[in-house]
Amino acid sequence: MMNLFVLQLLNGVQLGVLLFLIAAGLTLVFGIMDVINLAHGVLYMVGAYLIATFAAATGNFWWGLLLMLPAAVLVGMVLEFVVMRRLYARSHLDQVLATFGLVMIASEAVKMIWGTSPLSVPMPEILSGAVPLMGPLKYPVYRIAVIVAGLAVAVGLFVLVNYTRVGMLLRAGATNRSTVSALGVDINRLFSVVFTLGAVLACLAGALVAPILSVDTGMGESVLILTFVVVVIGGIGSIKGAFLGALLVAIVDTVGGVFGPIWLRQILDPAAAGQVGRVLGPMLVYILMAVILFAKPAGLFGRRA
Amino acid sequence: MSDLTATAPGRAAPRMAGRVKAAIILFILFALMPPLASALDDPFYVLIGTRILAYAIAALALDLILGYGAMVSFGHAAYLGFGSYAVAILSSYGINDLGLQLLFGITLSAVFALITGAISLRTQGVYFIMITLAFGQMAFFFFISLSAYGGDDGYGLSERSTLMGIDILQSDFGLYYVTLALLIAMFVLCHRIVMSRFGRVLTGIRENPTRMEAIGYSPFRYQLTAFIISGCITSVAGVLLANQAQFVSPAFMSWHRSGELIVMVVLGGVGTLTGPIGGAVAALLLEEWLGALSEHWRLWFGIFLVLMVLFSPRGITGVLERMGIVRTRQ
Repeated sequence: MMNLFVLQLLNGVQLGVLLFLIAAGLTLVFGIMDVINLAHGVLYMVGAYLIATFAAATGNFWWGLLLMLPAAVLVGMVLEFVVMRRLYARSHLDQVLATFGLVMIASEAVKMIWGTSPLSVPMPEILSGAVPLMGPLKYPVYRIAVIVAGLAVAVGLFVLVNYTRVGMLLRAGATNRSTVSALGVDINRLFSVVFTLGAVLACLAGALVAPILSVDTGMGESVLILTFVVVVIGGIGSIKGAFLGALLVAIVDTVGGVFGPIWLRQILDPAAAGQVGRVLGPMLVYILMAVILFAKPAGLFGRRA
Repeated sequence: MSDLTATAPGRAAPRMAGRVKAAIILFILFALMPPLASALDDPFYVLIGTRILAYAIAALALDLILGYGAMVSFGHAAYLGFGSYAVAILSSYGINDLGLQLLFGITLSAVFALITGAISLRTQGVYFIMITLAFGQMAFFFFISLSAYGGDDGYGLSERSTLMGIDILQSDFGLYYVTLALLIAMFVLCHRIVMSRFGRVLTGIRENPTRMEAIGYSPFRYQLTAFIISGCITSVAGVLLANQAQFVSPAFMSWHRSGELIVMVVLGGVGTLTGPIGGAVAALLLEEWLGALSEHWRLWFGIFLVLMVLFSPRGITGVLERMGIVRTRQ
């Protein structure tokens, strides 16, 4: 029982770290430019497809990862230059529609290029084993590596946002865009940088998860909605909120999904507990969101409602 | 906007009349469609037509809050789901009356809209869009895990609903005209709401919530009421869609569907009531047409969407305006 709990907790942390990588870019783009981007989940999917292609071409996961990064930068820059740039001054409704169109284009284009059957990415040799955790419990090294990589990126982002000049501009831009612009900062260039950074992080998340999931065209969608929940819970524009929100959402989702029915069994008979648990499990994160928003409409670390 | 009398019925009435005239023309065309289709010996069009009319009801309902209340709800497909599952749930208990199904669907929707609307409306802008999307997704997952009604696979309906004991809906023609009658009824209802004092307050809140609050209106209560009304009307479309397909599934309520509803409203013209009806026709016909041309129709539909937003943000109404065919604003 305890073993199962620790296992699910670790899975939750691993999902949380990935959600954070995706949510970080999204929350910065929302916070600074007030732009909603439904196509952010697509970037996560594209990252996974890119690494699948490059890893297959070079026969090596690490080369795949290395080649994926510049490709992701390119994807982010092209997307920003062709579409997003024209949406800054538009209403949220226009942003929703245009990025919804992008979702349709991207998922269909991926189907046309890579086909509909799922791809798989080979796990790197060195990370393919499992380590003993406690007692008979073992945990895959790769998942631990994902957690470590995600935390490293989180620390890097934290330093970037809090201790560098770009980070200072980001924070200033999120607080008051027009003042920063009036002080002579090219806010549009700043946004290009932020958007591309967010795109690369989302692609990275997709690439990291590729060896443990099957890479398919639906993978961006499920993650997109969870990421929205993360951003809303954490508070728009807050990296700290995105980090804590991601861990909270992921742990509630994984642990609640498995332990909900087990805990319910103590108050209901097993059949009913199983039934209720199956229905409630996937709804848990949304109920969590509703409760948090009811108490704090701007999210945990949000400034504006 | 500073002069409140400027928007009084005196000036607004003729503007509205043009749209009502356009709507009446649309309804007449809709009424003529089935005889035409059977003359062309293609009764399949009647079923597609029913689907289009049902979506027109949903687009109309969404326009009520999106156009007149500036609430971009990205979870409206949930109400289509409540309507269609109301049919499935009641029919599994042997109740096939359309009236009772509508009542059940509307009740479910009202409760869901009350709870989620009360939470969502504490926020605005991007938050509101994402929260309604998340709640829509919550309803989606609820029906996916509802294994008694097929879960992911959906639930087939053995027969269509009856209307006061008469099985008028069994024929495709009957269903089509009942759907058309409900569309007209819902249009009249929405039109009355928009022209009423309630609708004016709602529009006022859209333009300037702070000022409306200062003169004694509570934006939250008006917006929530409109949100609930819109959800209820959308569920009517859901009831009809379930009858049209004789099948219900969570796919009716995926977030793509919510996005498509917004597309219909914007394509037709936000805040015009008549426009979204045309938008539903245009969007669904475009889908059918692109689908017939290429299996990758979603790609072309997406490109169309992006281009529309970038070059004609006010949809078909905007294009018609520029060509001088209709005049809706200013």
